[in-house]
Amino acid sequence: MKKGRFGIHGGQYIPETLMNAVFELEQAYNHYKNDPEFNRELKELLDNYAGRPSLLYYAEKMTKDLGGAKIYLKREDLNHTGSHKINNVLGQVLLAKRMGKTRVIAETGAGQHGVATATAAALMGMECEIFMGEEDTKRQALNVYRMKLLGAKVHPVTAGTATLKDAVSETMREWTNRIDDTHYVLGSVMGPHPFPTIVRDFQAIISKEIKEQILEAEGRLPDAVLACVGGGSNAIGAFYNFIGDKSVRLIGCEAAGRGIDTAETAATISTGRLGIFHGMKSYFCQDEYGQIAPVYSISAGLDYPGVGPEHADLYDTGRAEYVAVTDDEAVDAFEYLSKTEGIIPAIESAHAVAHAIKLAPQMEKDKIMVINISGRGDKDCAAIARYRGEDIYE
Amino acid sequence: MSRIKEAFEGRKAFIPFITCGYPSVETSMRIIEEMEKAGADLIELGIPFSDPTAEGPVIQDADAQALAAGVTTDKVFDMVEKLRQNVRIPMVFMTYANVVFSYGTERFAKKAAQAGIDGVIIPDIPFEEKEEFSGILKSAGLDMISFIAPTSRERISMIAKEAEGFVYCVSSLGVTGIREEITTDIGEMVSIVKKNRDIPCAVGFGIATPKQAKEMARYTDGVIVGSAIVKLCEQYGEDSPAHVAEYVRSMKEAINEIS
Repeated sequence: MKKGRFGIHGGQYIPETLMNAVFELEQAYNHYKNDPEFNRELKELLDNYAGRPSLLYYAEKMTKDLGGAKIYLKREDLNHTGSHKINNVLGQVLLAKRMGKTRVIAETGAGQHGVATATAAALMGMECEIFMGEEDTKRQALNVYRMKLLGAKVHPVTAGTATLKDAVSETMREWTNRIDDTHYVLGSVMGPHPFPTIVRDFQAIISKEIKEQILEAEGRLPDAVLACVGGGSNAIGAFYNFIGDKSVRLIGCEAAGRGIDTAETAATISTGRLGIFHGMKSYFCQDEYGQIAPVYSISAGLDYPGVGPEHADLYDTGRAEYVAVTDDEAVDAFEYLSKTEGIIPAIESAHAVAHAIKLAPQMEKDKIMVINISGRGDKDCAAIARYRGEDIYE
Repeated sequence: MSRIKEAFEGRKAFIPFITCGYPSVETSMRIIEEMEKAGADLIELGIPFSDPTAEGPVIQDADAQALAAGVTTDKVFDMVEKLRQNVRIPMVFMTYANVVFSYGTERFAKKAAQAGIDGVIIPDIPFEEKEEFSGILKSAGLDMISFIAPTSRERISMIAKEAEGFVYCVSSLGVTGIREEITTDIGEMVSIVKKNRDIPCAVGFGIATPKQAKEMARYTDGVIVGSAIVKLCEQYGEDSPAHVAEYVRSMKEAINEIS
């Protein structure tokens, strides 16, 4: 396989100005990923700062209520900063620091990655600037405040649809503007090589832990692992160490928005086609002339018109399945998990819960399913209340 | 000799850029004809893209408005074909990888060549990914223009050796847009190119004034201006052809002082 490719996907489709920066990043990463001192420091941060390992919780009430497969929840929502994003961010900011960078920039959709980046920057004494679609700064006002509180500068992006894709474009532009002292902490398994590989490696700890924990609890592997997919970082993290275990179904849950038969959707694999954008070849929602579609989902974190190249390849090879979950289904699941288990999931993660609600009853009682709860839902409460017609003050 | 090379023959070239269909297809056509008359040596035609990651705010806005007004790749092909009845100077497309790839690179190359286009500039295709495009474009008779940037350093030789048409020297870090001052040692970049290949070098990004154009022309074979022209289109709308022509004339005169 060509370097930085996942089947036909991936690559490095970026302006010449950034090429040496991504080569330097690749070189540094290849060095430090095998460096015992780097790994010791990262493990220390993950264990004692982020709170790893995260729990694998047996959702007994949900299991009984649905009457099918035994359901476990991987509790990434319990990590410091409230989502899986911290796994990647601690790795990348530590790497940036080793590379001599003094400033980090990042895009954010729901604000989870922005908060995680601002947190790591505060901890490691780096300057931090976050780019966030203006639309999302409204949907996720609390996270904007958290980032500012953590010492980051937040730039609302007004271009295009003023959502995640525009935030990514603007962060790339900013990186070409100031490269020497700056590292771009990309938040998902997307963008040009080596980002999809670096982010996957830092998130793969999720499936490494699931495997150890489920073997401990059940003495065998799960039959299915479910995760929501926007760019796809929590999903690849939850899938990665099971890719070789063919008995484990890997199911990615995309955001269908108002439905995959409408224009208001962000379900890339269901409705997109092959393209080149944001540094990578992969599937994208686009029109017949290759103009990137203005996608929509209730979830700011899944509201992205593309998908990471490794997911595109897992789809091509049939190793993973991808399903679409609507806003309505996700909101129902958000409320269901809150009432049934006392766990308020991020609206992103609720997409995976929604599919689990459909799938679990179709599976035998001796089957095991793991749902990755990638983040916690406090940030979504105001938006969900609005969705239900109730106005609350954040 | 290719029409692109001819544009640099015995003179320093002035290369204006416009976003096709901004403010309208009809105005774009008049601007292009006026720019040729005013002394433009080669014209860059931007096919608008929804998410132009190498552009600053001026060209981003122009792209968004052109698309909102219904401009498509096919409409741009039709426009070029009509223009070719009068316009003699070389024209190159400047657009993003997905516009070409999604249309079908072969189909895009064939249509562009038929319409009378001479080359294609794709800022999000670096040297490492160009093979997928350059062969197909070349078979259709189109040059794929390569970029070098202030950060390219040891990459310049490698890029120069395989460059076609002309080399696009990016003057500064960042995206397109008007800059007060350009601090990169352009002369050094150009000299590395020339050591490796006898090919014209044109500089772009940030150039707006005749003074800057004259300064840049000292070190290069040509000067590219985008945002400053698109800004005139924004300011004068349907009346922009005359204003753009006047601007092109002043820039060409400044460059001629060096030639």
